[in-house]
Order: sequence, then structure tokens, then C-alpha cells
Amino acid sequence: MTVASGFADEVQPFRLGMLINDKRYRSYTLQIITIFLFMLAFAWLVNNVVENFARAGRDFSFSYLFQPAAYDINQTLIEYTSRSTHLRAAVVGILNTLLIAFLGCILATVLGVVIGVLRLSKNWLVSRLMTVYIEGFRNVPVLLWILLASTALAASLPSPRQAPVLLGGAFVPTNRGFYVPSPVWGDGSVFLGIVFVASIIGALVFGRWAHARQAATGEILPTFWIKLAIIILPALLLYFILGRPVTLEYPELKGFNFQGGLFVRNSFMALWLALSLYTAAFIAENVRSGIQAISNGQTEAAYSLGLQPSRTMNLVILPQALRIIIPPLISQYLNLTKNSSLAIAVGYMDITGTLGGITLNQTGKEMECLLLVMAFYLIVSLLISLVMNIYNNAMALKER
Amino acid sequence: MKTKILSLALGTAALAFGATAASAATLDDVKNKGFIQCGVSTGVPGFAFTDDSGDWQGFDPAFCRAMAAAVFGDPKAVKFTPTTGKTRFTALASGEVDVLARNTTRTFSRDADLKFTFAAPNYYDGQGFMVRKSIGVDSATALDGATICIQTGTTTELNLADFFRANNMKYEPVPIETNAEAQEKYLANACDVYTTDASGLAATRAAFEAPAEHIILPEIISKEPLAPLVRHGDEQWADIMSWTLYALITAEEKGITAANADEMAASSSDPETKRLLGSEDELGVKLGLDKAWALNAIKAGGNYGEIFAKYIGKDTPVALERGLNALYKEGGLMYSPPFN
Repeated sequence: MTVASGFADEVQPFRLGMLINDKRYRSYTLQIITIFLFMLAFAWLVNNVVENFARAGRDFSFSYLFQPAAYDINQTLIEYTSRSTHLRAAVVGILNTLLIAFLGCILATVLGVVIGVLRLSKNWLVSRLMTVYIEGFRNVPVLLWILLASTALAASLPSPRQAPVLLGGAFVPTNRGFYVPSPVWGDGSVFLGIVFVASIIGALVFGRWAHARQAATGEILPTFWIKLAIIILPALLLYFILGRPVTLEYPELKGFNFQGGLFVRNSFMALWLALSLYTAAFIAENVRSGIQAISNGQTEAAYSLGLQPSRTMNLVILPQALRIIIPPLISQYLNLTKNSSLAIAVGYMDITGTLGGITLNQTGKEMECLLLVMAFYLIVSLLISLVMNIYNNAMALKER
Repeated sequence: MKTKILSLALGTAALAFGATAASAATLDDVKNKGFIQCGVSTGVPGFAFTDDSGDWQGFDPAFCRAMAAAVFGDPKAVKFTPTTGKTRFTALASGEVDVLARNTTRTFSRDADLKFTFAAPNYYDGQGFMVRKSIGVDSATALDGATICIQTGTTTELNLADFFRANNMKYEPVPIETNAEAQEKYLANACDVYTTDASGLAATRAAFEAPAEHIILPEIISKEPLAPLVRHGDEQWADIMSWTLYALITAEEKGITAANADEMAASSSDPETKRLLGSEDELGVKLGLDKAWALNAIKAGGNYGEIFAKYIGKDTPVALERGLNALYKEGGLMYSPPFN
């Protein structure tokens, strides 16, 4: 180090003690020591794993993933037999987890928003009922709700042979699950799909046009009904023109169970309902706090401009409240996704049930299986965070 | 549920932290702590259940008590850990339990891949199906399309998949965690069929309100030799397990019972009986135990036949015949190597 000669007498030569005593170096010293200790601890853990594996005479490998799983899974979204590999079983589990997480987040959000708004209702009974709901659900562990839902469904509904066939065969509730008709895609249903997608795009384009028109002329169109018509009418028209290409397959009682149609298992229903109802209670509180955080002056200002209450809510309060609601909403989505691993309690075959359950047990590869399952949840959680953060940034206050 | 997560976590943590590293001398560890930690099931009538005072009883706990008596001379020097089909191997591999006596099937992969050492089978079993009489099915080959309750993490899962594939039939598996849960689901008619080892079916059916309304189908679709097991790599401890079981079987063969064991030790003229009971030679010392080890083990709960009769024999609600589990002299498979 070269030092300017004029300050030579002020600058002390570097001594080892300065690493601690000198403010300029101290924080670096401490940081380096801390990270060193952290790495040491981590290395110790890894070393222990390696040593214990060696002592137990076991190897660390993922080759078992490519061997036949040999077990059956009841709910599979992709083709799967007991001859498929453990990897495929894991993918089946992953898809089941994603299905429950996706549907759970949607139902929880819908319920949460409705309940959160209703809790602020001026109607005494409604707001009290919502309070009871929220406090009841969020103060009991979700596992108990899942078990309760499962037991209630199994105990209260009839077995398939005694099951009532409701709505002309369209809905059969049994203690094993619910049977509903499934669509059968005939010839020409491709066109139907294309037209439907095109209609949705058309509706979006119309929305933009209506918005621009309102900005220019001040005229307000009943956009909701027009959009609905744009989406539904062309597809409906084409459906009859093509001679009803999409038919429904109804469930029928054959042997032990109903065959055909779509089978929504009790394990799925119990998990979906319990997770959604539980998480909805938290989301409701987020929504309520978000709305209450917007000062009453905003409402009064909107009213004094002549806006109706519904427009005040949609145009003034909610856009501001969303900024407050979204960040905790992300946490709730993450919670729901992770809580879905409780699926095993009701025998829903998610990733924890397949890879982290049966595969782990049949192959004895605890470490490998658990690492993979943890990595999966980590990646999914990070992806949800990423998507929601993008949405949050889009909604956030744009400061100029 | 809680025990499952706990033992999974413990097992994984043990691999990471090495806190309970399975050391070579399990016998020394056991002697130091003063009791044997024994893994049993969460509850199967006859095989493992808690009595009115909360103590574990049954065919499997009785074996653990015999081992405790062999090691400590005291059948009470044992603590029990209930394990599910899924948690049992992690519990044993991590050292949470010293021995697993939990109607566990000996298989190649459990022996060679999961690294466990099994004793000789203490119950020869096979997988069966239980259904309601009212559904009018008298053969497992008529179960096409049925909903089947099955304990997850067991060999039964693999056998079931193979059986239905071989017979080109379809089924809907309902995975469940414990026997009690299966019973609840089956009785609620949420599944048509319950499948597990035939002994387990008989035991479960015995606990029903109306056992006569259910039948066990004649097909036995697998071999399930149930045996106690320990970790690989500790020959001494594995020998203690194996030879305690042989001692109980030999005792039945020689007519040694809990009641007459002391008398036989003193007065028997049969050389093998004398060696077994420690009044001649010192076999126990070679295992690292007291010479009266087998005598104590037999006095703990009786010989193999007595234990069988007390918990699962035909005079109990479980009402299992000896069948394959009779002594070889009586046409069964129970055969002990000689005590020489």
C-alpha cells in the first residue's frame, strides 16, 4: 500500500490487532469469521451424512427412480400402472399436489374475499356469523379439519349401492366420492374449442375498446353483459350447428362401484374443502384489514363526487386495498400449498404420499426421497412467490 | 401421524447429525440404558394391543419381553414404541428402537437393500381378503372393480398390484395408515374389501361387533413370513434375537413351560434341555448373557406354544389355528436348530 507522504505520520502501519479494533476492518473480520463458521457447520453436516451412510453400508443414488414402482395409485392425472417407474409415480404425486394447490387457492380466495367483505357488513347477524366462521376455522389445526371432513363424508353419505342418483344421473354422492358426468369430445369439438378461445380474446379486445371509449367520451357501456355474450353466444351457436359434438357420459352402477363419468374421490374433496375453508379464514382477515386500512375519507370523497357505493368499492377502495392485501395473500397461497402435504392423513396421493411415502418405504431411500420432496416444495413455493410478486408489482402504487 | 413425522424427522436427522449413530455393540447400549426399546405396531388385536392399565400385550410384545428377560432377567425391562407400516424401518435404522417385533414380512429387499437382519419367522402368514357376506363374493377373482382398503408402506401393496395385474382386473386402492383407520373405513363401507395378512384380518374381524357377517376369502395371494428384525452389522445382537426365538420354540418341543421351567432346569435328564436352561454348559455366556438367559426368557411368558395360545390361539377371540405355525413334529414349519 502506498501512502501519500503528507499523511505518513497519521497513518499507522497495519497490525493484526486492527482487524478487531479498527472500525474499518472489524465488520469484514466478523463477517468472514461468521461465514467460515457457517461453512464449517454445513461441511460437518454433510460429512456426517457421508460417514453415516458409509457406516450403514448404503450408497447415495437416485437410480431407484428408474425402477418399476410396483404399486398402484388411485387418482392419476397421467397414464400410470404399477409397472411405471418411481419417477412417474413421483410425477403423478406432483400433479396431484399441484391440482389440490391450484383449486384450493382459487376456492380459498373466492371464499376469503366474500367472507372478508361480509365481515364488514352493517348487518349485525351477517358480520357476527362471519366472525364466528373466521375464529372457528383459523384457531383449530388444519389437520383436524381435514380429518373431520373426511370422516363426515365417509360416515354421512351412503355406499354406492344405496346411493341416490340425483339430477337424472348427473350427480351421485357416495361415501367413496362424488360421481359427475364427464364430457366426451366428439368430432368437431376442436372447432368449438378454437371458437371459444377466440371469443375470450374478442371479449378482452372489446373491454379495451370500451375503456378507451369511456375515457374519450365519458359514456359507460354495460361491459359485463356484452362480454358474457361475446364469450358464450358464438360457441353455443356453433355447438348446435355442428350437431352437438360434445356429449356427456353418465356414471352407472356396475358391480361394486359406479363406472364411467368423473369420479371425485372423498380424499380429494375432504382435503380440498378443509384446506380452502381453513385458508379462506386467513384470507378473509387480510381482505378486511386491507379494506379497513383505506381511510374513510376516500369513501366520503367518492360519494361527494356522486359515485354509487358499488363503484366506490370497485374503483376507489379495492384498487388501493389490493396493494395491502396481496403480500399477505402470497403467504397464504404458500401455506395452502405446503399444508396440502397433510394429504397423507386422508390417503390422497400427493407427492408426499407417493415419493415421500410409498416409494420411500419400498426403496428405503429416506434421504434421497426427502431431499427431492423438499426441493419440489421449495421450487413450487418460489414459483408462486415469483408470480404473485409480479402481480403485486403490477398493482403497486406507481410513483412518478 | 405425529409419531410418523417424528420418527421420519428423527431418522433423517440421525443420518445428518449422527446423534444416535447405530454403534456395533447394541447389547452394550441396551445394558447401559437398562431396557430394550422395542418397536411394535400401533395396534392389531392379539398381536399388539394395550391392556386396561396401558401396558402393551400380545404376540409381538411377548417376544420383546422374552428378549428383555434373556438380557436382564427381567421381562419388564422393555419399552415399546408404536410404529406404523411406514415408520417402522426408519425407526429401526435410526436406532430409535433396538428390535422390531411388528408382524413384518421378511423379504429379499428388506434384507439386502434396507440392511436388516431377520430372525426365523415367528408367524407364517399370507395376504388375504375380507369382505361382507352380503355382497355375495366367494372368491378373490370376483373382485374386479372393487374398492380396496390397504395399509400403505407394506408388502401387501405390491402383492395386491401384482395379483390384480396377473388376473387382469381393476381395483380402486384406498391407502390408509393404520389398522384402526382401515377398520373404520371398512365398517363405514367406504371400501368393499380390506386386505392385509390373513392373521391380521382374523384379528381385526374378531374386534367387530358382528364378526359372522364378514368372511375371509379362500385365496391367499402371497407368502408372508413374519419375523422380528434388527439392524445389519451387529451379529451378537442378531444372535440374541434369533436364539431367544429358537429357545421359545425348543421349549415347546421339549415341553418346558413357564410353570415347570425351574423344575425342568433342576431335574431334567435331557442333555439339550439342560444346556438350554443353563444347568449344564454355559450357552448364554457365549451370547454375552447370563447362563440362565433362556430359562428367564421362557419364564417371562411361556414357550412359543403358550404365547400363541394366550394371545392368538383358538380359544381367544382372534381364534387362529396353529396350521403352518405348529411344530414340525405336528406338521407345521416351526423348527429350531439344536442347542449344542
